[in-house]
Amino acid sequence: MQLIQLIIDGVASGCIYGLVALGFVLIYKATETINFAQGDILMLGAFVAYSLIGIIGVDYLTGFALTVLIIAVFGFFLDAVVVRQIIGQPAFATVMLTIGLGFIFRGFASIYWGTDIFSFSTPFSGKITEFNGLIISYVNLSIIVGTAVLMSALYFFFTFSKIGVAMRASSENQLAAYYMGIPVKFIFSLIWSISAGVAAVAGVLLAPITLVDTSISLIGLKAFAAAVLGGFGSIPGAIVGGIIIGIVEQLCGTYENYLFEGVREISAYLVLILTLIIYPRGLFSDKAEVKKV
Amino acid sequence: MRFIFKTKYSQDINIAKHNGDRFWYSLLILIMVALPLVLDDFYLGEISYICILSIAGIGLMILSGYTGLASLGHAAFLGVGAYTHAFLLTNGIPFYASIPIVIIVSFLVGAAIGIPILRLTGMYLAIATLALGFIAEHVFIKWEHFTGGNRGLPVPQPEFLGMSFYDSVFFYYVCLVFLIAAMFAAINILRSPTGRAFVAIRDSEIAAQSLGVNLGLYKALSFAISGAFTGLAGALLAHYIGYLAPDIFNIFLSLTLLLLIVVGGMGSLHGTVFGAIFVGFLPQLIAICRDYLPSSIGSQPGLEPMLFGLILVFFILYEPLGIYGRWMKIKLFFELFPTYKRQTFKKQKVFTKSDRV
Repeated sequence: MQLIQLIIDGVASGCIYGLVALGFVLIYKATETINFAQGDILMLGAFVAYSLIGIIGVDYLTGFALTVLIIAVFGFFLDAVVVRQIIGQPAFATVMLTIGLGFIFRGFASIYWGTDIFSFSTPFSGKITEFNGLIISYVNLSIIVGTAVLMSALYFFFTFSKIGVAMRASSENQLAAYYMGIPVKFIFSLIWSISAGVAAVAGVLLAPITLVDTSISLIGLKAFAAAVLGGFGSIPGAIVGGIIIGIVEQLCGTYENYLFEGVREISAYLVLILTLIIYPRGLFSDKAEVKKV
Repeated sequence: MRFIFKTKYSQDINIAKHNGDRFWYSLLILIMVALPLVLDDFYLGEISYICILSIAGIGLMILSGYTGLASLGHAAFLGVGAYTHAFLLTNGIPFYASIPIVIIVSFLVGAAIGIPILRLTGMYLAIATLALGFIAEHVFIKWEHFTGGNRGLPVPQPEFLGMSFYDSVFFYYVCLVFLIAAMFAAINILRSPTGRAFVAIRDSEIAAQSLGVNLGLYKALSFAISGAFTGLAGALLAHYIGYLAPDIFNIFLSLTLLLLIVVGGMGSLHGTVFGAIFVGFLPQLIAICRDYLPSSIGSQPGLEPMLFGLILVFFILYEPLGIYGRWMKIKLFFELFPTYKRQTFKKQKVFTKSDRV
C-alpha cells in the first residue's frame, strides 16, 4: 500500500516534469533548438500567478488563465524578437543564448518580486481525499487532472485544427511547409508561445507544493531527464518520461537507506546519464535521432 | 599590410609568425614579470586569479572552441583538481609531486567521462555534461572522507622552493609560470596533428571522418586534455581560495567559464586571456554599476545573474567572435585603411542546420 501511495505522489510530481519536458520537445521538434530557459519560464509563470492571485486578488481560475495567456504572449515575442536571430548558428550558440536568457529571467524575477518565498491560496490547498486507505491531496489531484486535460487539448489541437496540422508540417519539413504557403516563422513563434504556455501551466500547478521562489527554475534541468528518457522527439514520450522520473525520485527518496545517501537529489540526473549511455534513442523515439559515432 | 614571405613549409606552423609577434609577446612577458614592482598585493591577487581563470579557459577552449563540444559541467574538473591537490598536500605529498598527479588524475577523469558520453552530439552532450556537473557537485558533498563534505577542506599552503604560498608575489609568479606553460602546451597541441584533428571535427565531423580521423578517440582525447588543463587550474584555485567547500564548484562556475570563452572569443587562445580578464573584473564592474543605479535596484542580489545573462546574450547575438574578434576587426581596419569594408565580417545568411538523419 505504501508503494502505491509513493507511486501516486511520484506521478503527480512526474506530471510537472512531463509538462516542462513537453515544452522542450515541442520546440525541439520544430526548430531543433533546446530551450534551456524553460524552467525559468515556468518560474515566471508561477510569479505572474502570484502577482495576479496573491497580490491583486483575481480568483484562481481567471488568474490561471490570465497567467497562461501572458506567458504565452511573452513566449511568442521571445522567439520573434530574440531567438529567431540565431537560426542556423551552431547548436552551441543556441544553448548559450537560452542559458543567458534564463539568467536574465531569474535576475529579473529576484529584482522585481524579491528573493522571499511566496505562496498564494488555491482552492486545493490543504484538502485531501481518502480512497481505500490511500491519501491523495487535492493539489496532487489537480496536477494529474490538469496534465490530462492539457494533453488531450493539445492532442486535439495538433490532430484536428488547421494551425496544429501546419505546425506538424513545419516540424516535419520546413522547406516543404514554406512551399505549401505555411508562414513558417510565425508558426515557430506560435510553437514557442505554446511551449511557454505549457510551462506556465506547470508553474501554476506546482506553486502550491514548492511555493514560489526563484529556485523552482531548477525543475527545468530535471525535466531534461524526462525529455531524454522519452526520446526527445515524442510528445507522449515526454509525459511518460516525466512520470517515470517522478516515480523513480519518490522511490529513491524512500528507499535511500538501501541505496546510498543523497540518491534522491541526483536520481533524475543518473537516469538521464544512463539513458544517454545505454539507450540514447529514448523510449518513444520513432527514428534514430541521436547520431552515433 | 604585412605580407609574410614563406620560404619553408615549416613556417606555416611557427609559433611566432614574424618578428613583430616575437617582439610584442616578449615585451608582454617582461611586463608581466615586472608587475610586482609596481602593483600592490590586492591587484597581484586579482591578476593571479585571472591567470588561473585563463588556464581553466584554455581547457574549455580546447574542448568547446576547437573541438566544438559544449560542456556545461566544467566546474566538475576544477573541483576534481582542487580536491585532489588538497587531499595530496594534506597527506604530505610535496607541491612539485602533487601537480603532475593532479594533471594525470584530471586527464583520466576526463577520459573516463568522455568515452561513454561522447557518442552524443550537440545538445545531448550539453545536457549530459550539465547532469554530470550536478552529480559531481553532489559527490563532493557526500564523499566526506575525501572532500570533507559540507564542512569544507582547508588547503595546506606548503613551502615550495623555500617560499610560502601566502606570499602574494610568489603565488603570482607561480600562476604566471603555469599560465605561460599551459599556453605553450596548448599552442603546441593545437598545431600538432592532434589539434588539427580537433579543428577538423569541429568544422565537419563527416569530412574529418572521411580523412581518417577517429572521431571517438579524438573526442575522448579532447575531453581528457581539456580536463587536465582545467584540473591544473583547479589545483591553483585551491591555493587561491584556501578553503574548499563543495558549493564553490556549482553550475554557476561552469557557466562563468562558458561566459569566459564566449566573451573572449570562441576558437582563439587569445580569447581565453581576454575572457579571463573580463570575467575576473566582472564583479568590480558590477560593483561600479551598483553605485550608479538607484539603490532600490542597485542593492538587489539579482543584479549579478541578470547582467551575466545580458552580457552573454549580447555577445552571442552581436559579437559571436568575442573580444578577440572585435580586436581582429580593429586591427584589420587599420591594416586595410582606407579600404576596410564592413561586409568582410558580415554574418552570412544561413538556414537551419539539421542534425536529423
